Amino acid sequence: MTEMKITAEPGVPQILGTREFDAPRELLFRAFTEPDLLVQWLGPRKYKMTIDRYEVRDGGTWRYVHADDAGNEFGFHGVFHGTPLPERMVQTFEFEGAPGNVQMDTATFTDEGGKTMLHMNSVFQSVEARDAMLQSGMEEGMNEGFDRLDELLAKLVANS
Amino acid sequence: MALDQLSIVFGALADPIRREILARLTEGEATVAELAAPFTVSQPAISRHLKVLERAGLVSRTRRATARLSHLEAEPLRDATAWLATYREYWEESYERLDALLAALQHEETDRSHTVDPQERSTS
Repeated sequence: MTEMKITAEPGVPQILGTREFDAPRELLFRAFTEPDLLVQWLGPRKYKMTIDRYEVRDGGTWRYVHADDAGNEFGFHGVFHGTPLPERMVQTFEFEGAPGNVQMDTATFTDEGGKTMLHMNSVFQSVEARDAMLQSGMEEGMNEGFDRLDELLAKLVANS
Repeated sequence: MALDQLSIVFGALADPIRREILARLTEGEATVAELAAPFTVSQPAISRHLKVLERAGLVSRTRRATARLSHLEAEPLRDATAWLATYREYWEESYERLDALLAALQHEETDRSHTVDPQERSTS
């Protein structure tokens, strides 16, 4: 299994990510599209995920909520664009805490003989919107990486 | 660290030659000539890269006799890694859970193919 790679170039409102999975593509597609499977993995364990709707079809809408133990709830919703296929899924993504800030996610699944490579492409309305999401959106979290940057940073920090 | 300063740091890190320079500086301070040695680019070009790294606070420069030595400044990098961590954690934790789920699903499928379904048995 390869480590997740994340790329966020300066000045480009986009985040790219890749991650390999030790499972056939059809199975990965099921994990991404069947609600009872999706709730078992999407998001950190500390959140309980509830799916309101998940209409896996062209123009279908989805909405889910992540709730923590303190009772905080974070809602997300979006729309599927084009028929979701094991090769490629396109959808919009909006955190309900920041309405009108929409990202477009394209997930591409490459069959690698029993294993599957996931390529994620998230496009934002602006670099500022991307950085804001990286900084505080989606309940938490941010990241900016470049090719080999993580390794370099780890090395630099370890050596300092 | 302010987001603007982070942008400057990441802008400085966006160039592969500058990343190589930083990697070299983890081994200790160096002159421009030493830093330029592994590259086909000129020393003035390396100096320009050093200025960018200096502006980002990633490198400081001191003069010893006739040589200007560059040193790595790790603090902005530490801030940058902290800034990196959470988004990765969010997805890495999700994907680790997904790994476990996929393994369980594959296990189920294998089990099914090895045992005779009761319904199949009744019809056969």
